[in-house]
Amino acid sequence: MNARFVVQRVGFALLSLIALVVVLPILVIVAIIVVRGVGAISWEFLTTMPHDGMKAGGILPAIVGTIVLTFGTAVAAIPVGVGSAIYLSEYARDTLFTRAIRLAIVNLAGIPSVVYGLFGLGLFVLFLQFGTSILAGSLTLAIMTLPVIISTSEEALRAVPTEYRTVIASLGGTRWQGIRYVVLPQALPGIITGIILGLLRAAGETAPILFTVSAFFLPRLPHSLFDRTMALPYHLYVISTQVPGMPQEIQYGTALVLLMVVLSMNLVATLIRGHFRRRRPW
Amino acid sequence: MLRSEPVAGTKTRRFEIVIESLIRVLGFSTIGFVVLIFLFLLRQGLPFFFQVPPINFFGTRWYPTFGLFGTLPLILGSILVTLTAVVIAVPLGVATAVFVREIAPGWAREVLKPLIEVLAGIPSVVLGFFGMNIVAPLVRTTLNMPTGLTAFTGALVLAYMALPTIISVAEDALDSVPKSYRDAGLALGATKWQVIWRVVVPAARSGIVVAVMLGLGRAIGETMAVMMVTGNAARMPLTPDSLFRPVRTMTATIAAEMGEVAQGSLHFHALFGIGIILFVLTFLINLAAARSIFQKRRRGGLR
Repeated sequence: MNARFVVQRVGFALLSLIALVVVLPILVIVAIIVVRGVGAISWEFLTTMPHDGMKAGGILPAIVGTIVLTFGTAVAAIPVGVGSAIYLSEYARDTLFTRAIRLAIVNLAGIPSVVYGLFGLGLFVLFLQFGTSILAGSLTLAIMTLPVIISTSEEALRAVPTEYRTVIASLGGTRWQGIRYVVLPQALPGIITGIILGLLRAAGETAPILFTVSAFFLPRLPHSLFDRTMALPYHLYVISTQVPGMPQEIQYGTALVLLMVVLSMNLVATLIRGHFRRRRPW
Repeated sequence: MLRSEPVAGTKTRRFEIVIESLIRVLGFSTIGFVVLIFLFLLRQGLPFFFQVPPINFFGTRWYPTFGLFGTLPLILGSILVTLTAVVIAVPLGVATAVFVREIAPGWAREVLKPLIEVLAGIPSVVLGFFGMNIVAPLVRTTLNMPTGLTAFTGALVLAYMALPTIISVAEDALDSVPKSYRDAGLALGATKWQVIWRVVVPAARSGIVVAVMLGLGRAIGETMAVMMVTGNAARMPLTPDSLFRPVRTMTATIAAEMGEVAQGSLHFHALFGIGIILFVLTFLINLAAARSIFQKRRRGGLR
């Protein structure tokens, strides 16, 4: 056996080892949070208000806050994101202007989350006078989510073969009719996957809501769009850094709930993608 | 794109025009958002640049309560943490991408890919929480230091956060290298290992550079995890041991102090000023990365 193959053997072993080093901590992180947090999870933890300065009771307002914010983000981001993707895939030609749009999307994806927070504070909270509110936070998160929704939706739309569009045109359908009745339904699973991946990011973000929505401690449920609210990620930040003497179990329990929310959304997105990839007719 | 001659009635045609212009507006909106973000950062941040002399702004001390707004320690802090994270993450990320694309048997790929997606999905505050409670004590005891909340701890956590980006972009780059390149190398008698490092990786070079750039952009903008594990001391990281002492980054400064400042005060505008620096910095990084993306698009033909 020649030395080159010995090198290859050693090299492959080294690469497997590195892959293991990358992946193992992910399992460790999830495992530690599950093991230490699962004891805190109970019906009461999930459905009651916090009390005793958050050192006891549940995290209901944070859970509800995160759900409301994610829903608000969805309402604002889906029409704009999917519309924008339809434009890029079905209408735009490869002009300088279209390149500028693509560049804008790449840059939106790269803006730091805390800068989104500053922007939300400047535009929605102060200039438009929404105040520190669910509305301001949802809109901030929605803009942050757009790049994910646009790029995955565009990819899904482009994957629909051109013949589908030509056939509609040959039957006398307009371009929009082709999109509405053929292209969009075909691309829907991919679009939904993209939407979930975008919303999952919004649900887990802390920095954009720091100055736009978050309430440190607000043991009641939000009443209107202009209300402040607690939210899971910010709550985890608060109880792990700002409150001395916080019981470890509550911290890990909150981390576990947040992790489960995000991972289950991730799982749903993966399942939808896998299911429809297998059934795709082309 | 095809141009169809619709045989529909005027009502349908009018509807078509309305819907088409609506979609056009939505398509253009992203440019509007980028401009809007920059404008509102300027609106709140510019007053600071007018009111404070540049000497103060680029000074070495950040003590807002004493009117000292030297951003240098924060900028250097960000650079220290980010570069260390990239130095850790790039070899790991590229090696993992090579493993997944070129070597791994099918079952290993099926296990690795979803796990890396899980990592991408973990919220930064959860990773920060984990870093604070598990990684920082580990760093403190292994290196025998007074505190585990250091630039190094931040870089470790950041490296893991940048990994999914680096791996997936590098994987795409390797994927776009034509199979004929590999076949040609193997036909010349090279081992698989030689083909990977002398043919495939060099051919994917530009894409791997993009992966590194995007990882860098991701790392420099990270906020919560960094704030929770770096100890947040605004000092100039100039001594050689700075990596193992607390630092403070630009992002952490904004996040930590915005809640406590009076709206409209100099300190308030100063934080927006840092926001402008961050915006411009990430804009440039992404512009550099995007340039290569567009070049690839224009050349085409690989996939």
